[in-house]
Amino acid sequence: MKTILALETSCDETAVAILRGSELLASEVASQIVEHEKFGGVVPEVASRNHLIHAPRLIECAKGRAKIDMLDVDAFAATSGPGLASSLMIGASIAKGLAIGFGKPYLAINHLEGHLLSPFFNNGHIKSNVSLVVSGGHTMSILVRGLGDYRLIGRTVDDAAGEAFDKVAKLLRLGYPGGPEIERHAGSGDPARFNLPRSMIDSENFSFSGLKTAVRYLLPKLRGDFLADLCASFQQAIVDVLVRKTIVAAQKHNVVLVTMSGGVSCNEELRRQLRDACEQKGFEFKSAEPWLCTDNAAMIAFAAMLKLESGFASNVAEEIDPNLALVSSG
Amino acid sequence: MATFISNSPAETEAFGRRLAKRVGPGTVLALKGELGSGKTQFVKGLVAGLGSKAPVTSPTFTILHEYAGGHLPIYHFDFFRLQDRQSAVRLGLDDYFFGAGLSVIEWADKFPELIPEPAQWVFFEMKSENERIINTREDDAIRESRIPLKPHQMK
Repeated sequence: MKTILALETSCDETAVAILRGSELLASEVASQIVEHEKFGGVVPEVASRNHLIHAPRLIECAKGRAKIDMLDVDAFAATSGPGLASSLMIGASIAKGLAIGFGKPYLAINHLEGHLLSPFFNNGHIKSNVSLVVSGGHTMSILVRGLGDYRLIGRTVDDAAGEAFDKVAKLLRLGYPGGPEIERHAGSGDPARFNLPRSMIDSENFSFSGLKTAVRYLLPKLRGDFLADLCASFQQAIVDVLVRKTIVAAQKHNVVLVTMSGGVSCNEELRRQLRDACEQKGFEFKSAEPWLCTDNAAMIAFAAMLKLESGFASNVAEEIDPNLALVSSG
Repeated sequence: MATFISNSPAETEAFGRRLAKRVGPGTVLALKGELGSGKTQFVKGLVAGLGSKAPVTSPTFTILHEYAGGHLPIYHFDFFRLQDRQSAVRLGLDDYFFGAGLSVIEWADKFPELIPEPAQWVFFEMKSENERIINTREDDAIRESRIPLKPHQMK
């Protein structure tokens, strides 16, 4: 049974996870820990980089929670892209340093691969599927033929779906993050009251910028009680686009399985409607567990485990890549 | 002092293409304009105008996108989601401003004190559903709030 320690520092969140076989021993996220620890008050000004402050502490926390010693770790993994270069570099450098120091393999993991494999966490073997990765930063559909064999079907040409949720929440003066707020209000609303655009509905790519602007121009015309109906109508516009394009892609590429991951996949209405559509059209459906959909290192550890088990390791000289693409090795 | 009236996303993009002829290594473009006013669309034109075929999308969540393949590297920032000036500095964003690339910053007015001088400001105004007024005039509020900082003082 192999043990992997993984770091995720692709953007502004720092996360560390330890996975042994299929058992997640620890999954630590900096923003959640700072909440209830407030470690001695203020973050020292001199330590100028967030991840440099959080990562060493998180590794100690994770080791403590997992009750393991660094010598028990069989491989060290980190997100190597896509993301913010200055952030990626810190996680990757720490993982490389640990790998060299302890004489263990290093695995460079694509953040998007972490997402798209996450529906398979303790949930069966990987098989051909059309994968919808939908979050604040990314919206794409990918044809997955197997581990490491990925082909991009479509992606957003402007805003990601999660970003549209947040920005519309901002227009409606709801709290942050906006996704759960809109979902909450949408629960009691009429999704058919407002007719909002389903942009580029016949394309394989996605576009949500026009939807945001449509809400912006609708708002001043509204009077009375409209919040719940507007949230429901907006949410339905996004769900319609995501469900339709995913089903069309699954039919076109002749797969039997549809998967979904990323922060927006926590949206209950999206889950329900995509599951129903899959059932109706005869596709199996798997979505990542909600706790795997937000920023975390568990999905990176899981992707690294699958790679390690298939005999793969990265060269420690491998550079991070802010624009890392999902490429097919098959 | 240039003012441009755009009647469509395509025209906003075309304006970005034209402006691409006037930028060089180290240029900083600071963008201000409300949601849906065309900032990302403008950057699409800018990137294409610099000869890069990289797909341009909103960096609101990812904070920074780097586009290669053009005459110079392009750093596309978005301050929308940043909580405070410190969080920008702690992510190392200031490192990019003094490099050889073009920096273009959406929601730059959230932290004008972070924008290095001399930056070119571009303002986007929503006139009607399709009409946008884009101008490159300096606005007083921005000028007054800006504290000139040297790189070492930003840390």
